[in-house]
Amino acid sequence: MKLPLRFLVPALAFAVLVAFFVVGLKRDPGQIPSPLIGKPAPDFSLESLGDPAWKVGPGDFADKHWLLNVWATWCVGCRQEHEALLAIARENRVPIVGLNWRDDRALALRWLTQLGNPYVSVAYDPEGHAAIDWGVYGAPETFLIDATGRVVKKQIGPMTLDIWRREFVPLLPAGEAKP
Amino acid sequence: MIRAAALVACLSISTVAAAVDSGQRFEDEADQARYERVIRDLRCLVCRSESIADSNAPLAADLRREVETLIRVGRSDADIYAFMTERYGDFILLKPPVAPRTWLLWAGPALFLAGGVAIVLIVVRRRVRIARTDPAALEEEPDRL
Repeated sequence: MKLPLRFLVPALAFAVLVAFFVVGLKRDPGQIPSPLIGKPAPDFSLESLGDPAWKVGPGDFADKHWLLNVWATWCVGCRQEHEALLAIARENRVPIVGLNWRDDRALALRWLTQLGNPYVSVAYDPEGHAAIDWGVYGAPETFLIDATGRVVKKQIGPMTLDIWRREFVPLLPAGEAKP
Repeated sequence: MIRAAALVACLSISTVAAAVDSGQRFEDEADQARYERVIRDLRCLVCRSESIADSNAPLAADLRREVETLIRVGRSDADIYAFMTERYGDFILLKPPVAPRTWLLWAGPALFLAGGVAIVLIVVRRRVRIARTDPAALEEEPDRL
């Protein structure tokens, strides 16, 4: 009667450890959950990348779903996702607003000329003030904001069409044309 | 002589490492002390295991600037931590808050210690009991393992 307990206790402890590891391995430590989800989108009013006299802010996109994409020319992942952003822009379901983060205006404008511009407008945030309000810690990051002005989804790391269709499109209001 | 040179080399390296955010930012000593303490409590989300006091990352520099601004406008430490967690979540605090979902985390070490003590007590008591009733069996114990 002693023997089974002697084996059972370590076996149980091992099983608990394995359970922890299985769950732990499936979680991506690169994905820090955003406390912003479900909260109103933080406001900002920043110079437009293309025209310093023009201000860009979340208020411009009230009453509709829109994407905020944080990018910079120094960001490798941003280049990776650029084709996907262009494709999403072509679908024409949501406007994509750029937040150009800690970047150089001339370089950023050249990037858009050379690679194509998926954005309806780009806010220029060279000092990263708006980025801090949005809890940005690494570009690229993409937020989905709904028609009530709440952040409903955040993608950390490069956007792909697969992620877009699987995780973002279902959050869009029904009734809009499927691609 | 070589030892002394090595020591000097090590010490100079450590000075460089600590110089990420050197220099006085505040005229007021108390403000400066608060600033230095707060930035040591905030995690650099780019480098994860470093505080923003130790990190060279641009985001850490931005967050230090933000802390400086908040202190200048007279916010309390609690306000600053709240400002950061509203944006980045509890993960930005190097010391997680004590809340129902972190009870296990905080109690973990104590639970493991209690478990270890319990196991030791059980084993010792059993051996004492065996030693009283059947000392010969105790001699055989190691073989059974």
